[in-house]
Amino acid sequence: MKLLRDTWLVFGRYFGLFIRNPVWVAVGVVQPLLYMILFAPLLKSIASVPGFPRGGAYNVFVPGLLVQLGMFGAAGVGFSLISELRMGVIERLRVTPVSRIALLLGRAMRDVISILVQSLILILLALPFGLSINPVGVVVVLALVALIGLLTASVAYAVALWLRSEDSYAPLIFTSTLPILLTSGVLLPLGFAPEWLKNIALLNPLSYAVNAARDVFLADLGNPDVAKGVVIMAVLCLAAIVWGARAFSKAVA
Amino acid sequence: MIPAGGSNVIETTGLRRTFKSGKRTVEAVAGVDLAVREGEIFGFLGPNGAGKTTTLRMLATLMPPTGGTARVAGCDLLTQPDRVRERIGYVGQAGGADREITGRRELVFQGRLYGMSSAAASGRAAELIERLELEPCADRKVGTYSGGQKRRLDIGLGLMHQPQLLFLDEPTTGLDPQSRARVWQEVQRLHELGITVFLTTHYLDEADALCDRIAIIDYGKIVAEGTPEELKRAVAGDVVTLSVGGDRQQAALDLLKAQPFVREAAAEDGMVRLYVDRGEVAMPAILRLLDANAMQLRTMELHRPSLDDVFLRQTGRSLRETAA
Repeated sequence: MKLLRDTWLVFGRYFGLFIRNPVWVAVGVVQPLLYMILFAPLLKSIASVPGFPRGGAYNVFVPGLLVQLGMFGAAGVGFSLISELRMGVIERLRVTPVSRIALLLGRAMRDVISILVQSLILILLALPFGLSINPVGVVVVLALVALIGLLTASVAYAVALWLRSEDSYAPLIFTSTLPILLTSGVLLPLGFAPEWLKNIALLNPLSYAVNAARDVFLADLGNPDVAKGVVIMAVLCLAAIVWGARAFSKAVA
Repeated sequence: MIPAGGSNVIETTGLRRTFKSGKRTVEAVAGVDLAVREGEIFGFLGPNGAGKTTTLRMLATLMPPTGGTARVAGCDLLTQPDRVRERIGYVGQAGGADREITGRRELVFQGRLYGMSSAAASGRAAELIERLELEPCADRKVGTYSGGQKRRLDIGLGLMHQPQLLFLDEPTTGLDPQSRARVWQEVQRLHELGITVFLTTHYLDEADALCDRIAIIDYGKIVAEGTPEELKRAVAGDVVTLSVGGDRQQAALDLLKAQPFVREAAAEDGMVRLYVDRGEVAMPAILRLLDANAMQLRTMELHRPSLDDVFLRQTGRSLRETAA
């Protein structure tokens, strides 16, 4: 009960800050949109190559973009936390009896909402290009993206609380997210990949999320890969929340 | 150290905190015993890096101690941190308000975190805004505040839930003299309301003017504790300098030297210099003695040691050098 109330309060604070500066939604949409306009057309010509999943270029590519949005959209959230550390905000909140899990969840929920809004915009914009999807599929995919966002945000906050400086946070976050995204088959299906790259992808949990998202867009909701991807993300998400909440209760300014 | 029958708001025994830096273990707080009484303003004085902020952060539940025990506001710090949090307010050095949010919003949010209803939090926020003279800026973003307004808002945040104990970490560092005086005034008002205040400072005049009792910490250990008066007396005592008419200087010196309240006496440059325990008691006695012996007192001056003298004596260095 207290956890719910506290999470709601913390969410309200950060959501309030967010809607007063909605430019971030636009910034978040621009990058995947550029991919869709400037990169996806290249896929059209190789969509007929053997090994390329059936279902059309956009139904293969957009799920990858959504997963990427889930991750990149949340990877940078630590920056605002570091500036709050400097202002003493986090220390001030930690002296109150507020739940430490709420300190994490309230903010991460705001991040997830922002990612979901961006995802919806992206899906709508992709429809005229030839994306096809059913309403249930949209819900499942958004749930998956939300889990990825929550997972990434929790890790990002824990890392920010640990590093406490933008100068070390930025390189760490951006050099670690890129290989994770590349080996998950976000841009191109790993069907084309050499054996060693496929093996790496097997170890990368995010590739299961990408597979799940693609199956949904290929109208294959019953595929066990969908459930597998969602469960893997949910478990990792839970672990990340525990880690992040611990970071909030221990943070030393 | 612990007064009989008096209730202590803070009581620590052997409180310590070590940090690991690489393979070395640094002892930031090396066994601190403290007793802060209800309703007093307690000053924690020491140079940067002496362990005062670390001690404060431990007492405010921000950092677990490595050793020792502590009771804060009637609850055990180690086993009941949540109950401690409900009873204390804390104003850190950085303050804690977000530059992008208005002062009023921050106050209300703070109140809500302590479980207040929306209406109660708004009411209390309005009350504090008035008391702390924040009306002109309450609905502006904190980033636009002057240093003094920001500091008053920080204090307001610490007071939202009416704590019985308020921690202030260097409350006036970086403030102009006028804002500083305003903060002092506010601290004194808290004192009148019966709130216990535990503050750290490296300004000796602040500790002297504001605090009922002081502890000086250096290298993680308390090196002196007492009222400002006691501390100053323990160091050197007061100095009374006087001159007498005629050729009676030597006679006056001999006479006064023999008195029990005089620790040391010397004559120099036509003046008699006496070291006494309590100047304000010694001066009338000196007056009467000289009178009774038909010596004419020309001038008499009392010099009291400052906390600076205390600090120098206890730590071997001047606070002003180390505080920077």
